[in-house]
Amino acid sequence: MIDVLYFAWVRERIGLPRERIDTNAATVNDLIAELSAREERYAVAFSDLSSLRVALDQELSDFDAPLAGVREIAFFPPMTGG
Amino acid sequence: MRICVQSDPFDMGTEANRFTQSATGAGAIVTFTGITRDSAAGDLAVMEIEHYPGMTERALTEIATQAMTRWQLTDCLVIHRYGRLAPTDPIMMVATAARHRADAFAAAEFLMDYLKSRAPFWKKEIAKSGTAWVAARDEDEAALKRW
Repeated sequence: MIDVLYFAWVRERIGLPRERIDTNAATVNDLIAELSAREERYAVAFSDLSSLRVALDQELSDFDAPLAGVREIAFFPPMTGG
Repeated sequence: MRICVQSDPFDMGTEANRFTQSATGAGAIVTFTGITRDSAAGDLAVMEIEHYPGMTERALTEIATQAMTRWQLTDCLVIHRYGRLAPTDPIMMVATAARHRADAFAAAEFLMDYLKSRAPFWKKEIAKSGTAWVAARDEDEAALKRW
């Protein structure tokens, strides 16, 4: 089980801020493929990975990173702080 | 070092004075305040700032700790708001204290550059002409390379 969080327009496109997913995905890319195959709204949100960032357990990471031991994954657009 | 992530407004004068009063050993203080910019059309009603609770505090602490170690700072402060803000409302503030000004200026710029693209905040403009997420700028990402 992994907690998946969405922020900003990713949250709006998917239609919820967080969910708990039962998955055996080995990497972030695998999880994205699994979700995208599940429903159109995920496929739309994940259609352009260059406009997305991913954090694993609240640390910025990469799409090819492994998910073993990860409890929380978050998807969001490039950050606009300051 | 103090990090504040809050929805409440803050008073930059009060914060700057408090920071100065506790800046023992420093000879220079630099403060920067970012305020809510109006939309290009000048019709911004509200700026909505979303963040990632937990990661935000971690990211800001990491950035501030880096600033403290890279420059000779005696102290630093980061305040960043989230929630609904009106045009000209202060969004965020950084303050750095050092024995000499070069360290205080450089560390403040470093903090700002990293806050822009490495702290998990997202801004949404709600204007009369429509609603839009503020896009990250390539220049902001490029600015990190100088550090």
